[in-house]
Amino acid sequence: MKAAEFEYFRPTTLDEACGLLADTGDDADRCLLAGGQTLVPMMAMRLARPTHLIDINRITELQGIRDLGGSVEIGAGTRQRAVEKDPITRRKLPLLAAALPHVGHHQTRNRGTVGGSIVLGDASAEIPLVALILNATLIIHRRDGRRETMADGFFEGPMMTALEPGDILTTIRFPVWDGTTGSAFHEVAPRKGDYALVSAGAQVALDANGTCIRAAIGVGGCAPTPLRLQAVEDALVGQRLTDALITQAIAPVPDLIDPESSVHASAAYRRRAAPQLVQRALLDALSEARP
Amino acid sequence: MSVSVSMTVNGEAVSGNVEGRTLLVQFIREHLGLTGTHVGCDTSQCGACVVHINGTSKKSCTTLAVQADGADIKTIEGLANGDELHPMQAAFREHHGLQCGFCTPGMVMSAVDLVKENPSPSEQEIRDWLEGNLCRCTGYHNIVKAIKAGAEAMRG
Repeated sequence: MKAAEFEYFRPTTLDEACGLLADTGDDADRCLLAGGQTLVPMMAMRLARPTHLIDINRITELQGIRDLGGSVEIGAGTRQRAVEKDPITRRKLPLLAAALPHVGHHQTRNRGTVGGSIVLGDASAEIPLVALILNATLIIHRRDGRRETMADGFFEGPMMTALEPGDILTTIRFPVWDGTTGSAFHEVAPRKGDYALVSAGAQVALDANGTCIRAAIGVGGCAPTPLRLQAVEDALVGQRLTDALITQAIAPVPDLIDPESSVHASAAYRRRAAPQLVQRALLDALSEARP
Repeated sequence: MSVSVSMTVNGEAVSGNVEGRTLLVQFIREHLGLTGTHVGCDTSQCGACVVHINGTSKKSCTTLAVQADGADIKTIEGLANGDELHPMQAAFREHHGLQCGFCTPGMVMSAVDLVKENPSPSEQEIRDWLEGNLCRCTGYHNIVKAIKAGAEAMRG
């Protein structure tokens, strides 16, 4: 046996799961199991040793993609690959559609969930970055209530989020951009499916004259959390986007980020790669927006 | 604490009592004695443990046996029709898509899932699909050839 012993629970309703998770009268370490693509390996390596494992895979309330017109709601327990293959994602959330193929391997995406990746809050993970760039609304339930919070502010540090003990992320509501928009996602990783060393996503909206009316840009692997690059966005909005303007706008990127060195990439490498990836994402987003 | 599980494996109903922490791959290998499914990394990286759970390929080292309660599982042992190899298995043999053979069950199960989604994959699509299956004999060239031929044979 690789993992330490635990007691296993399999609630079938959200209420039941909230109750199990809230029942903290002792020093038990209660943990939710969604897709398990990070948690199960962590348990196998005994980096995680929950005493109570609450499997939320059979809760149908956590599943599904709903097109609400101006937004798309994704149940936190929806498999990454189901979202990747859904035409709603391609049509309404092209940035998420572009990012998902970079998440792990297709077999892990067959199990891994959208919500699981967000609550893990890895600074180099693609789904938290997209949630931050689009400033998704996160709907959270607990035994005594429900609240909504924005992705902006949710990621607090390395693998740390604003979730409190007893909280369950149940739905992610992504805003849909109207009009002429384009988006792109790029990353560098040692091998396809590995953790990104640096990643960048961009979404732009243009008016009828081709002027940029909206821009959302972010990078992963460049700080303790995914990072939105507001200063770059501000340099683009209200302008006609030319190659020269984009080159100028990305110039401050190395100073806007705070990367660390790892065995795979130095901080200096990440500072060089980040502006290049942002530029590539912006140029691709722009060419998608301009038919 | 043991939990009872039942599932269908290669068309047969099976059940057993397992600890909650028993991985699906351990249940398949140690309880059912189906040792064709291999354990490489135990952490979702290598793909040696790929099986089909409810029709799609997944890594059985990062799924608990209890999570597969009620599921329909197919392992490498369930592919052949009696003595007649599945077309993908036959293609791996024909094109020498293996050296040591450790990664092969996962490669074959992954390839069969690919062909279900994409009946005639290009070389690039095959290489992209194999992102989650590692071969440390560096035998990808023949694996790709085998999958291309296997896909063709599966189309009939």
